[in-house]
Amino acid sequence: MSPKTLYDKIWEKHVAHEADDGTCLLYIDRHLVHEVTSPQAFEGLRMARRKVRAPEKTIAVPDHNVPTTPDRINGIDNEESRIQVEALDRNARDFGIHYYPVNDVRQGIVHIVGPEQGWTLPGMTVVCGDSHTATHGAFGALAHGIGTSEVEHVLATQTLIQKKSRNMKVEITGRLGPGVTAKDITLSVIGKTGTAGGTGYVIEYCGEAIRELSMEGRMTVCNMAIEGGARAGLVAPDEKTFEYVKGRPHAPKGAQWEAAIEWWKTLSSDEDAQWDKVVTIKGEDMAPVVTWGTSPEDVLPITASVPSPEEFDGGKSEAVMRSLEYMGLRPGMSLRDVEIDTVFIGSCTNGRIEDLRAAAKILKGRKKKAGLRAMVVPGSGLVRAQAEDEGIADVFKDAGFEWRLAGCSMCLAMNPDQLSPGERCAATSNRNFEGRQGRGGRTHLMSPAMAAAAAVTGRLTDVRDMI
Amino acid sequence: MDKFTTFTGVAAPFPLINVDTDMIIPKQFLKTIKRSGLGVNLFDEMRYDDDGNEIEDFVLNRAQYRNAQILVAGENFGCGSSREHAPWAIKDFGIICVIAPSFADIFYNNCFKNGILPIALPQEEVDELMKEAEKGSNARITVDLEEQSITTSEGEAVRFELDAFKKHCLLEGLDDISLTMKKEDSIDAFERRAKAERPWM
Ligand code: SF4
Repeated sequence: MSPKTLYDKIWEKHVAHEADDGTCLLYIDRHLVHEVTSPQAFEGLRMARRKVRAPEKTIAVPDHNVPTTPDRINGIDNEESRIQVEALDRNARDFGIHYYPVNDVRQGIVHIVGPEQGWTLPGMTVVCGDSHTATHGAFGALAHGIGTSEVEHVLATQTLIQKKSRNMKVEITGRLGPGVTAKDITLSVIGKTGTAGGTGYVIEYCGEAIRELSMEGRMTVCNMAIEGGARAGLVAPDEKTFEYVKGRPHAPKGAQWEAAIEWWKTLSSDEDAQWDKVVTIKGEDMAPVVTWGTSPEDVLPITASVPSPEEFDGGKSEAVMRSLEYMGLRPGMSLRDVEIDTVFIGSCTNGRIEDLRAAAKILKGRKKKAGLRAMVVPGSGLVRAQAEDEGIADVFKDAGFEWRLAGCSMCLAMNPDQLSPGERCAATSNRNFEGRQGRGGRTHLMSPAMAAAAAVTGRLTDVRDMI
Repeated sequence: MDKFTTFTGVAAPFPLINVDTDMIIPKQFLKTIKRSGLGVNLFDEMRYDDDGNEIEDFVLNRAQYRNAQILVAGENFGCGSSREHAPWAIKDFGIICVIAPSFADIFYNNCFKNGILPIALPQEEVDELMKEAEKGSNARITVDLEEQSITTSEGEAVRFELDAFKKHCLLEGLDDISLTMKKEDSIDAFERRAKAERPWM
C-alpha cells in the first residue's frame, strides 16, 4: 500500500460515493449548527419538505448573537438577534436535533462546546457553517467550515460534495521559549505563509512543539488554519487526545472506547507519506507576536517596529498603506509604544480554561491600567464555572476585568460588545479585519498572556518582561 | 437556481487584495433570517458614510458601474468567514461574475451554490481586465461559460479553467441536494458499513 497522510486516511474512510471526475460525497459524522448561518438552511428544508437525515449527529447552540451580560436570562433586547436565536430554538425543536439553549450552563461558542461535550472525536468528519470549524482538527478530525447552502445539504443528506485537497505539512521543531504560546505558533505560521498560503490544502501541524501543546493549545493552532487559507488543520491524535476525550458525555464508553482507541492509534501520517508543500519553523526562534495591520498575516514579534509600505511588493504595498491609516500607526514606531484602550480575552481561539489560566497568571496581584476597558468572556458556561472554582474569576475581577457569560462577544461584535471608531483593542480572537470588532475599531491579535500584559501597562507589551 | 447563460456586462474594477467577507457584508447584516435583500448593503462600510449617505467615489456608487454585473478584484478575494451572506449580497446587487487571481476556498464554493461564476486567472490577465474595467460602461465584457472564455469589447479573449461538475451545475441551474439524493443508496450503504466498523460514531 502506498504511504498515506493522516488526511488521506480520514478522507478514504468517509467517501460515500465517488464520481469519475473525482467529485466525492463525503459522509459527515458531526454537524454543528449556530444561529447566524442556519436559518436559511432550515427554511430551505421546510420549503422542500425535507427532514434532517441524521438529527442524532447534529448539534446546535446559539453563540454569535447572544449578549454576555448577566441580564440575558431576561431575554435578548436586540430584536433581530432575538429573532435569530428564537429561530434556532424552534428549528432545533422541530427537527429534533441536540440543543444547548442560551441559558443552559453547557451553552457556549460552538467550537468550544463540541469538544467539551465529547461530540468531536478523532478520525471524524466535522462541519459547521462557520469557518473556525478548523478548531476541531486538533483531535485529528477532518473539520471545516461550510456555507449555508452546504449546511442545508448536510442537514438533508449528511454528506458534502467535495474534491480532495492537497497535503501540506507544517512542522514546528524544538521547544517554545517562556512566554511563547500556541497563539504565537499559529500567528507566526500565517505571518510566514500568508493568508492564502494554505489555499487548496489541508494542513497537518506536527513537530515537537506541537506534541508538547495541550489539547487546548492544539485547538488554538488549528482554529486559525483558516486564516492561513487552508481548508482544515489537523494534529494527529495521541495520549493527550485520548485523555482529553475520555469520560466526556458523548465520548464512547466501555468496549466501544477500547475499539475506538485501537483505531485512533492508527491515525497518523505514514513515515514516508508524500507532501505537496512543507513549511518548517524552529519553535525555539519564535517570539511572542502581535498583529499590526488589518490582515492576520500582518504579524511581527512584539520587539519589532511598525513596518513601512515600501517594504512590500505589488498590491500588498497599497494594502499596507491603507491598513496603517486605518490602524492609526506610523511606520517605524515601536510596537511596544502602541497604546490601547480595550482588552478582550475570549473567542473560540482563546476562550478555553487554559487560556484563562495563562492570562490570570499574569494578572495575579496586578491591576489593569486605570481607564482601560477590559473584559473576559469564557468560551462556554462550563469553562466559566471551572474558572470560578479555580479562583481565576476572582483574579480577573480583582484586576478590574468584567467577568462575562459565554458567547462570541467582541470577537465579531454581533452582540452589544463592540469597539467604537478609533478604539484600539488587544484581542485574543482571530481576525483583525477592518470593522471586525465594530466599525472603525482597531484590533491587535495576540495570546491571552500578551493581552493580560497589555491590560496592565495600557500598551502592547512583551509578556516576557512580566514573567 | 437560474441557469447561467452567456452574458455581456459592465465590469467594475476593484483592485484591493484580501477583500474579506466582513468588507463584502459587515456582520450587522447577518442578523437576517432570509437570503434576499442584502444587495443594498454590499460593501456597506466602504460604500456609505456614517450617516448612511453614498460615498461618491466608491466604485459601485459611480454612475457607470451602478449596473455592473462583473467585479474584477485582487488576489485572495472572499477570505474570512464562511458567511454565504457575501455571495447573497453580491448576487442581490446584480453581480454574477467575479474575476480575481485567487479566491478563498469557502467563498469560491459558495458562489456556485448561488449562480455566481468566480473566475480565477493569472495576475497578468486580471491586470489586463482591470484596465478594461477602468474604461467604464463602454467597455463591456462577455462571459461565455460554455466556452470558458472572457471577451473584451476590443475582441481580446482569454480562457479560464473550471471544474467540470461545477460548470455543469451552473449551466443547468441544478440543485445539489436533489442531485445527491439520487445517490441515496450509496449513502445508506455507507452508513451501514460505518456503523459496523465504527459503532461509536
Ligand atoms: S468566537 Fe469569533 S471566530 Fe469563533 S465562532 Fe464566534 S465569532 Fe466565529
